[in-house]
Amino acid sequence: MARDSQAALVALNRFGFGARGGASGDFVNAAFDPRGFVKSELNRANAALLEMPGLCSTPALGKALFDYQFEIQQARNAAAKSAATEAAPAEPKAQRRNPSLSSIAKDMTAKEPMAQADAMQPNPPRPPPQQANVIQKTFRTEALARVQRATFAECGFVERLVVFWSNHFCISASKGALARIWAGSFEREAIRPHVLGRFADMLKAVEQHPAMLFFLDNQQSLGPDSRAGINRNRGLNENLAREIMELHTLGVGGGYTQDDVTALARIITGWTFAGRRGQLGPPGTFVFNANAHQPGAQRVMGKVYEPNGVAQGEAVLADIARHPSTAKFIATKFARHFVADDPPPALVAYLQDVFSKTDGDLKALATALVDSGEAWQAPLTKMRSPYEFLIASGRLLGRNPEDPSRYLGGLNVLGQPLWSPAGPNGFPDISAAWAAPEGMKLRLDISAQIASRLGDGVDPRELLELVAADAASPDTRRTIERAESRQQALALLLMSPEFQRR
Amino acid sequence: MQCCEGLRSQATSRRSLLLGGAAFAAWAYVPKFARAADGRDPRLVVVILRGALDGLATVAPIGDPDYAGLHGSIALRPDGPNAAVMLDSFFGLHPAMPEFARMYRARQAAVIHAVATSYRERSHFDGQDVLESGFAGPGRVQSGWLNRALEALPKGERVTRALAVGPTTPLVLRGPAPTVGWAPVALPQVDDDTAMRLLELYQHRDPALASALTQGLQLEKAAQGDEMKRKPGTNGISAMRLVARGAAKLMAADDGPRIGALAFDGWDTHAKEGGPVGRLAQLLGGLDGALAEFESGLGERWRDTVIVVATEFGRTARINGTEGTDHGTGTVALLAGGAVKGGRVISDWPGLKPANLYQGRDLAPTIDLRAVMKGVLHDQFGLTDRVLAESVFPDSQPVKPMQGLVV
Repeated sequence: MARDSQAALVALNRFGFGARGGASGDFVNAAFDPRGFVKSELNRANAALLEMPGLCSTPALGKALFDYQFEIQQARNAAAKSAATEAAPAEPKAQRRNPSLSSIAKDMTAKEPMAQADAMQPNPPRPPPQQANVIQKTFRTEALARVQRATFAECGFVERLVVFWSNHFCISASKGALARIWAGSFEREAIRPHVLGRFADMLKAVEQHPAMLFFLDNQQSLGPDSRAGINRNRGLNENLAREIMELHTLGVGGGYTQDDVTALARIITGWTFAGRRGQLGPPGTFVFNANAHQPGAQRVMGKVYEPNGVAQGEAVLADIARHPSTAKFIATKFARHFVADDPPPALVAYLQDVFSKTDGDLKALATALVDSGEAWQAPLTKMRSPYEFLIASGRLLGRNPEDPSRYLGGLNVLGQPLWSPAGPNGFPDISAAWAAPEGMKLRLDISAQIASRLGDGVDPRELLELVAADAASPDTRRTIERAESRQQALALLLMSPEFQRR
Repeated sequence: MQCCEGLRSQATSRRSLLLGGAAFAAWAYVPKFARAADGRDPRLVVVILRGALDGLATVAPIGDPDYAGLHGSIALRPDGPNAAVMLDSFFGLHPAMPEFARMYRARQAAVIHAVATSYRERSHFDGQDVLESGFAGPGRVQSGWLNRALEALPKGERVTRALAVGPTTPLVLRGPAPTVGWAPVALPQVDDDTAMRLLELYQHRDPALASALTQGLQLEKAAQGDEMKRKPGTNGISAMRLVARGAAKLMAADDGPRIGALAFDGWDTHAKEGGPVGRLAQLLGGLDGALAEFESGLGERWRDTVIVVATEFGRTARINGTEGTDHGTGTVALLAGGAVKGGRVISDWPGLKPANLYQGRDLAPTIDLRAVMKGVLHDQFGLTDRVLAESVFPDSQPVKPMQGLVV
């Protein structure tokens, strides 16, 4: 195949995380066989899995958090006791609010430090915040593992798929301590194993993952007529059921009604996770709590689901996973993410068809996208998201990410805090969201910072060859060549359309 | 569990701010007003509460015999500790909002109750589209009604004074009329020369990015304002105050924007919503603080100001099984500002009897939110019924502007 620089740009930027610097040869390889370059990652065994020493399972993390919170509670109780005996006992301690969970959760939502000033600075590495607790340490460890994987991936297509699906089925770490400590393990356990597998399997793994159950309140939802519901006089919370239908599968207008949402909410009562004392099972594991489950048959979208324990809900998920509305919703989002804000209708229809005919085979879906003509012909009009931008910068500059603060800080500044979207619909996926005036100015500030620290040691003209070679526009080439310093040239390269668009 | 050993240590108190939860954007021009003759220099601030505010918890219909039963454990009470602040014999204001209560008594704040947009489903994102786009249905996200209202105004001087920048513009203010944005951020900034070179490249290669960067850079110029450079507060609640303080400072300037919009996230109280204290109370306290910041920051311009607080829809009248509320329909809108004809709750109360609830579960809306917005735009800026019904809120002819909202 002839060398095709424009196609290499598509392969690297639209599908991947951009060319790596140094002697990677990414651009040359991509130009030689653009489709093959993108697809080669798909055929590696377990390509999407992320397993490293130091990364713990959800139950292990849950237990660590429960223990940690318990210790703090104990310490506070002891402190309160000794304070109470010393002080006059008559005064009931001024409305001290429950100090344990809520206050810790607050501390945790406490986001990364305002380290944005140091976004991706090379050295010396910032010392981690003093006395980081188990939640912060876990979050940073998970973040680092993810950033490293993306930085070192060859094309990065599989990692891009992980990020897409993780945003589709997002949780938000800002929900509280459990969501924050589980944000990484959720992605590793519920998303990654299925990124090249079946949609229905990912759906089930997600909706039964403790992080999702916590994020959308399902652990609190009780069947009004279940034993627990009657005893505690509590009932349904339809949050998870609604987002399953609206955001995870069928999409708004996908043919379901309020009654269907409520019925699904009843069906998945009892889907919860075991707590610290492990009465329902090993702490931090998914459990079906029959005591909280609404008894009886339910009708969802015209079909009756007989009572069958956890299988009742699993049957609904299996059915809506293969509903035509789901195929359409997923195909549209998928094409919108990779190709264009308004993707070519023919491409969407084709992807929908592939999704339906393969019963939601996500590897087939990804392959179909790469094999399509539209994905290569559509102009590069999408903007890199902040995450893609920071990862691509690190790859080009050959940074070995050692300190996640630089990335986490940069993502906060640019409005895409890691694993913490503002709502369950995830981060926006259209160019306008990231090409806003404020966002562009901040990107430029961050590029200038990166360049001011790294610019001396690199030749931006050589980097331009690695990024775009002869697909670089004469204007970009001239702008970089005429820059007054290497630093300035690097900042301009990182902000060039060739580097920002995909 | 050994993989987690050694990771335990003391809780840290080190916190900082996530900026995504609160941001401010404003029109990039000072409008030339026809009304300048009478010495008024009107200001309008639209505050969007994303996530669906529980109107029955914010301004509780305490006089409604069904309210206490429906709102159950989180219902407000007219007496006892943390009692609601009675606005009249029927409605009680959440006790986390003392500033709003004070404005109400000074006749500078009003409540519109049982209000809703034209949207009747229960998706946040579609609901926000309708609230902010001003179209009757979802899916029209190219421009917001406030932006289209701006287009109908005489343009005047370009705003040169703006302070810093934050990530996104709310849909309500998005569109062809150019806007500027601001959010508190501390970040070393790029030098002018690099910025100009990049701008030149964009002008040759990528007009869309050129336009975005141009606006971003213009904001920059007067960014050296003292308080804005200060480190932001410690959590989302104080961020609300901080953003309001910065926005007020911007809008108080003689050459500052007259029209702005803010969005605050986090109102989706499905579980443990809390009553007089708790999660919603904290958020309302943040909102209350933001309104107070506007009052003090706008100084003498406060008397010409209207702030409209609105949300995409309400929440269920009956609390759910987890001491929260699910997505509903009717809710409240709040007005505050020296120009508001305040001290009243405007409502055609539908009642909370089961038969009166919308679909048997939600407060039934009796006022179209567009009528409120139209009334404010008409009174503040003199926009005509025709412009309001055709371009600002398309196809809204039957929805008449509410009269007399502004002094």
